[in-house]
Amino acid sequence: MRQSVRIVSWLYALAVYGFIFLPVVVLVLFSLQSTSFPIPPFTGPSLRWYEAVLSDARLTSALVNSLLVASISSLAAVTLGFLCAWGFARFVLPGSGLLRGLITLPLTVSYLIIGMGLLVLFNWAGVPKSLLAAGIGHVVINLPLCFAIIYSQMGDHQINIERAARDLGAPEWKVLLLITVPVMAPAIFAGFFLSMTFSWDEFVISFLLTRFDTTLPVEIWNLLRSGLNPKTNAVGSLVFAVSIVLVVLFELTLLRRRKT
Amino acid sequence: MTAPLVDIRNVSHRFGQLAVLKDVSLRIEPGSYTILLGPSGSGKTTLLSILGGFVTPSEGKVFIRGEDCTSVPPARRPTTTVFQDYALFPHMSVGGNVGFGLRMQGVDGATRAARAREALALVGLAAAFDKKPHQLSGGQRQRVALARALVIEPAVLLLDEPLGALDLKLRRQMQDELKAIQKRVGTAFIHVTHDQEEAMALADHCVVMNDGRIEDEGPPERVYARPSTRFAATFMGESTILSGTVAEAKGGTATVATPIGSVCVPGAAQAGAQVALAIRPEHLVLGANEGGVGLGMAKISDVVFQGSFKRVLATSTVDAALRFIAKAPASATVQTGDTVAISCQAGDMILLAN
Repeated sequence: MRQSVRIVSWLYALAVYGFIFLPVVVLVLFSLQSTSFPIPPFTGPSLRWYEAVLSDARLTSALVNSLLVASISSLAAVTLGFLCAWGFARFVLPGSGLLRGLITLPLTVSYLIIGMGLLVLFNWAGVPKSLLAAGIGHVVINLPLCFAIIYSQMGDHQINIERAARDLGAPEWKVLLLITVPVMAPAIFAGFFLSMTFSWDEFVISFLLTRFDTTLPVEIWNLLRSGLNPKTNAVGSLVFAVSIVLVVLFELTLLRRRKT
Repeated sequence: MTAPLVDIRNVSHRFGQLAVLKDVSLRIEPGSYTILLGPSGSGKTTLLSILGGFVTPSEGKVFIRGEDCTSVPPARRPTTTVFQDYALFPHMSVGGNVGFGLRMQGVDGATRAARAREALALVGLAAAFDKKPHQLSGGQRQRVALARALVIEPAVLLLDEPLGALDLKLRRQMQDELKAIQKRVGTAFIHVTHDQEEAMALADHCVVMNDGRIEDEGPPERVYARPSTRFAATFMGESTILSGTVAEAKGGTATVATPIGSVCVPGAAQAGAQVALAIRPEHLVLGANEGGVGLGMAKISDVVFQGSFKRVLATSTVDAALRFIAKAPASATVQTGDTVAISCQAGDMILLAN
């Protein structure tokens, strides 16, 4: 009886993980296909499609664009999120709870709605569709996230540390730069890497707000319109690999935080 | 007469509706070790925060070295604070922590390191320069916090329950060192505590606070021997309190009617006034009554052996509300349940207005 329960639970776990990871496994597997169609039977392994991706100027420039948009927009989001969190944690503001709720509200709004809103707004303001516009969109979606992460880690125990710095003669900007930022570094890095992850594979906002120069997910979508081929698998695998690296960095910074 | 180093004039403070300081005035002399002693909620920590510049008082003025510092921010006043939780910068080395104040003054790196090492040597931690705060024990962190505050040579050093987080043995040891360091640097220390032993051991000037007011202040010996209020008599050391009414007062002697009979004590009072007589435990005599003032019989409710003496609690057989706290020699043969005569010398009874 107990034996069969064990077997069933193992099967169940296998099914759950299979359900989650099978699409990715198939994607990565057929990116190593040596023939021209990403369908069984598997004919690889071969790296010819990765070569094709890296020699495709459109794809590589989209990849560089994606990295630029992700890193710059994340930097902006984490800076603004940190300042918001510090303001809310250290000063008594009227309607603090309501304002904090408003800042985190975009987390619950769909990217499509945010993208459409920005499209209408930029159209009206005369801002052309561009990587900059998409980057601003990414700040809009990632700022609430950075704020939430950093605010949750900003406890009262740091208040005395900041006070001590002021007491020893530090002006406010030095307190922030020399004390608060280094003490909050794990949360700040965690916010940054999570923002990078979300910006890196964000599609809808980039699709709506860019035109000629575009980001990698949009370029992949363009590629997919001409049908499936192992090249799309290869570039998809690359996107996935970068995401994994970013998530691991995020986890590591959070883990280090918990240990200290 | 030199001007006081710190002059607190009629300071009151309220947190919302709650008055935490009520018209407090206090002068602190250069080079003195002042202890603010009181139970939690007495306003002692708020007074320290006002001195440090973290709180601006609702009313009153604070002068430091003759300058009005009432609303000067902490960074620009000649005080530094040692926080109760030490508040060391966790990401900096011990040397970086101690040198921080000098760095803010624009002192160059080499001078900074040399002076930080000096300050660390002063607190006996010369070897810890390159360590991180989390590698140190509680007592060592305490010393780093002290060195960090002293290195910028403040006019006044403020210590907020600095020994509160340490265990008893370490506390007594740090207590001796604090006093020694204070004597060496000659800076005025103002130290907040609720521990009366700490207060008696360290203070040149002891300020007893209760409910937002100063109850008594002066040298600890005087505050202990002749407390000026009933609160000071019970908070700074223990006392047996005998309540009564002044029946007659003349020639520096008052006759007080108490539940255990009439007692004559030296002191000035108005006839008819409600008063309290405080007697220190070491002045109560158990058993034989020779030439003292008899305080009636009492039934011993508890005897606690304390090593060098026995702490005896007894209840008067005349008035059950009267509880005696006495200190008997370690060799005394008193036992719980015994009924003994209690007496003391008239001169050891402290007459306090109620």
